[in-house]
Formats: sequence, C-alpha cells, structure tokens
Amino acid sequence: MGKTAFLQRGPLVDVSSTRFRVSRHAFVDREVLEAEYAEIFDRCWLYVGHTSEIPKAGDFITRTVSRRSVLFVRDKRGEVRAFLNTCPHRGAQVCRARSGNAKSFQCFYHGWVFGPDGRLRSQSDEESYASGFNDQGAGNLVPVPRLASYRDFWFVSFNPDVENLEDYLAGAKDYIDVICDQSSEGMEIVEGCQEYSIRANWKLLTENSIDGYHASTTHATYFDYMKNSVGSLASVSLEGKAFDLGNGHSVLEYSAPWGRPVAQWIPAWGEEGREEIDSIYARLKERLGEERAERIARKNRNLFIFPNLVINDIMAVTVRTFFPHEPDYMQVNGWALAPRDESASARKYRLFNFLEFLGPGGFATPDDVEALEQCQRGYASVHEAPWNDISKGMTKEQPAYDDELQMRAFWRHWHESVRTLVEE
Amino acid sequence: MSGIAENLNEAAVLRIQVEDFLSREMELLDQWRLPEWLELFTEDGRYEIPVTDVDPDASPERALFYVADDRFRLGERVARLMKKTAHSEYPRSRTRHMISNIHVISEDEGTLEVRACFHVFRTKAGVTDQYFGSYRYKLIPDGESFRVREKRCLLDSDGLRQQGRISIIL
Repeated sequence: MGKTAFLQRGPLVDVSSTRFRVSRHAFVDREVLEAEYAEIFDRCWLYVGHTSEIPKAGDFITRTVSRRSVLFVRDKRGEVRAFLNTCPHRGAQVCRARSGNAKSFQCFYHGWVFGPDGRLRSQSDEESYASGFNDQGAGNLVPVPRLASYRDFWFVSFNPDVENLEDYLAGAKDYIDVICDQSSEGMEIVEGCQEYSIRANWKLLTENSIDGYHASTTHATYFDYMKNSVGSLASVSLEGKAFDLGNGHSVLEYSAPWGRPVAQWIPAWGEEGREEIDSIYARLKERLGEERAERIARKNRNLFIFPNLVINDIMAVTVRTFFPHEPDYMQVNGWALAPRDESASARKYRLFNFLEFLGPGGFATPDDVEALEQCQRGYASVHEAPWNDISKGMTKEQPAYDDELQMRAFWRHWHESVRTLVEE
Repeated sequence: MSGIAENLNEAAVLRIQVEDFLSREMELLDQWRLPEWLELFTEDGRYEIPVTDVDPDASPERALFYVADDRFRLGERVARLMKKTAHSEYPRSRTRHMISNIHVISEDEGTLEVRACFHVFRTKAGVTDQYFGSYRYKLIPDGESFRVREKRCLLDSDGLRQQGRISIIL
C-alpha cells in the first residue's frame, strides 16, 4: 500500500451543504477493500444466521463470514455456538458439510473429534500426547470472539472489543422489532437459500437495497407486469420517508400498492384471502393496538444494518447479506423470512410474491444486477470521471423514501471507518 | 417381430419424437422466439427452478426457489424478456442450449415423464456464463407432438455463484 497512491486518491467523500459526492476510487481500489476488511468487516457485528435454522441440539450450518468459515451450531444443552471452522491441530476445515445434524465433528486429516460445544473429545493415537495436553483448551475449536442475538438474528464479531450488539444496532432495533412483531410466535427462515454473485463492488448493492429512486426506470417491466396482473395492486400510493438510524444503519418506511401477506390484501387473493388477511390484521390489532398494527401491516420497510445486512419487509420479507471478494465482485446470500405460525395458503402467497420481485430469477433483481455491473464498468473511467453524486433530497427537512438520505448515512459512517487507513 | 422387439421399436419411436420436440424447444429459445416457445406450454403449464440446497422435489409453496411460474406469470416473463426495458437482456444475450441423455422415465395417464441433461451458454458484453444440470419434464402428447405441463430445471452448480442471475430462460 504505497503512500503516493493514497495521496493521488484524495478524499473519498466530499460534502458541501448542497452536494454529497463519493469518489469512484472507493469502488475500484484494492487498498480500499483491504481497509474495509480491516476496519469494517473485521470490527463490526456481522449477521451469521437465524435461530430457526438450527432448531434442534446438534443442528449446524457452515457459512462464510468475512472470509472465514464459521460453524454455527446448537450444542447438546441447546445453546447456540459459533466456532472458526478450522482444526486447532493443522488448520483443515473440520466440518465440510453445509448443514446437518451431528453429535460430533471429526477432522478427517488426523482424526481429531470435537463436540458441538467445540471441546476436543478424542485424538487418534492420543497416548502420544503428554497428559493434560488440552488442560488449557488449546485443542478445542476456537469460538468466534463475540456472538450475540437480537430477536433470533444471530451476529458474530471478530473484534473482541466490539460494543454490545444492542448498542451497535442503535435505531435499527426498533425496526427489527416492527418486522418481528408481525408474529406472536416469532419468525423463521423459509427452507432454501438464493446464492448468487454480482460483478460489482459490494457498496453498490448496499445503495441499491435502499434506493427508492431507481424503481420506475430500472424496474419498468415489473410495474408493467403488476398492471397486467388482474387485481395485483391495492389502491395505495407509493410514498414514505427515509431515516438515519445511527451507526451507518438506515431505513425507508413507505406505503406501496403491492399485496403483503402481513397484511395488505389485494383482489388477486380472492374473498378467502381477504378473510385470512382480515383475521391476521384483527389479531395484530388485538395484540399490539391499532397504530402499531397499521404500521406492521400496511407499511413497507427497507432496513439496512451496517455494513452488509438488508432486511426488506416489502411484498415478502427478505434477509440478504453480502461480502466482497474483489473490489469488483461480491457474493450474495438471500433468504425468505416468514411468521412461524403462518397458514399454508399465506405462505404460498408470500413465496409467490417473493419470486415475483426478488432474487436472481425474479422480475426485478436481474435488472438491478445489470445496473450494478454497468456502474462498475463505468468506473474504469475513474481518473477522468471520479465522482458519484448522492445529493438527492439533501436540502429537504424530511427527505422522502426516494431521496438519498439513507445512502448518505451509510457513506458517512463508512468514511469515518476507513478514512484513517486510506486517506492519510 | 417378437414382442420385445416391438416394445423396443415403440420406445425408440417415442424417444425420437421427444428428442425432436425438445430440440425444437431449444432452438426456439436460442432464436429468442419466446412467444412461440410459450405456446408449447399447456394452459396449466409450469416452469420452475428450485434453489440448489433444497430437495429436487421441493414445493415452491413451502421452499424458496429461483423461479416458480404458473402459466400466467410465465407469459409475463416472456412478455418482459421481449421488451427493450428488460435491461438485463437488452441488448439481448446470445445463448446455446445443449440437451442430451434424454430419457422417457414413465408414461402415466397420458403424461410422459422425461429427464434430460442440459448445458446452456449465455454470452453478453464479453462475458460467457454457463448453466448446467438436469431437466424434468411432464409432457402431454398432442397429435404428432407434445405440450409441456411442467418443466423443472435442476441446477448442478453451487447456487448461482458463477452466473449471478437467471435472466434468460433455461
């Protein structure tokens, strides 16, 4: 990382009272990516999985989090644990399955065996080791430095000194509450993960996930489809606001004409569907009062939790996380989140809705992917055309859902995190 | 002719008919004649691509898929792909659908269950992506030809890590 390269790059974020600009070097420079791993991904809280994915003792999932393979597992006593998936002996990945249920995990290289609590249970040719070899636990799987959950969303941090999760989540907590309060029984991840990739910088997906401005042009064909589908739209207009939730988190909260399984009815769901939606709404109102029920049922939320968790509560609920592998390449995982106590018919509507818009085979996401990849190609001209503009709504007292306040909140926090490494 | 030979002969003719039909289907896709391709489907036809970490027989009513179109939504998918505002496919990519190992699994109450392997190439703007896996068809005999009641594409890849999206029809 040569100093001259940094000096040539200049400031990565340039702000005046009326204009907010981000340098395109932030999307192409390898030093920036390394600084992001050092100062963001290796220091923040990162989403690893959901309680519902490992319901029983011995259930496990392996998942890549900030370049590390993590074993996310429920131990014999029912406690959720997370370990670095690397053998303390020589380093091989101990668990090579992506998910399952196991009483123990054996590293195939030399045969060391670990319990779901990470403890070393046996070694082949154990008598060749000194007695008390594992008294200090050096033969056990290494736990992630920090593990915590909020409303069944589990997060890990590789920074032992990270602030506690609830403080970190700041204003985002209330919105996670609103999303999870839609069920008295809690939420669950629907079976199946959409795993894809985008040949673009990861921050482009951050922006895109909370971008209310691009819909009418990028997603013109989605709206054409909605207009063609008889009864797929409620008479509700697209309007709402953006909020900065602190620590780089932000949210758009808005009304929209599409159907929501919790709980905005559209004619396409028929009279039977209306009865079900009405009863879901009545239960919400009874449990939480009219105002909160109305907000849960009729408002949509695109929630961004710094640095890379998106929970979009729209025509279905998607949980999405993504990590950069190169400045111009990221890998994305997407799931569907739903109330545990949902009826089979509501689940069916939900998943039908989900695929309509969301995911790499949907009517919208492929065009987002195309847009992001086209942006990345445009950044080849970084020297001559060095700036992105993020100024929309900057001088308004309350920016709207299709302004860019939420992106500015992200960029400010991002800049604070990396600037000492990449600008000085 | 002995009984065995007669049965063999019948099976061979059926397979050739199925192969002809599927080759024509692939050709329509590669020539972007998608409205004609859509006509191959029955009124209750379905087109589905499950994600790769669920059972091949998973139901889209209970598990997450990449694509789970009923006939109406499939029509809308085709209409969308024919528009200039389908940005991911305009300008259009070039594709080549290879199909092999075609096998009629069973014939039950007028429905043929057919399996085959596919390898699809998609090229656009200097990038070539490949999709590979198996097709599971439910075909309904229709005169000399067939209609598609169900086409399920089972990807062999690790999700869509390499390709990123399925913006074409597989």
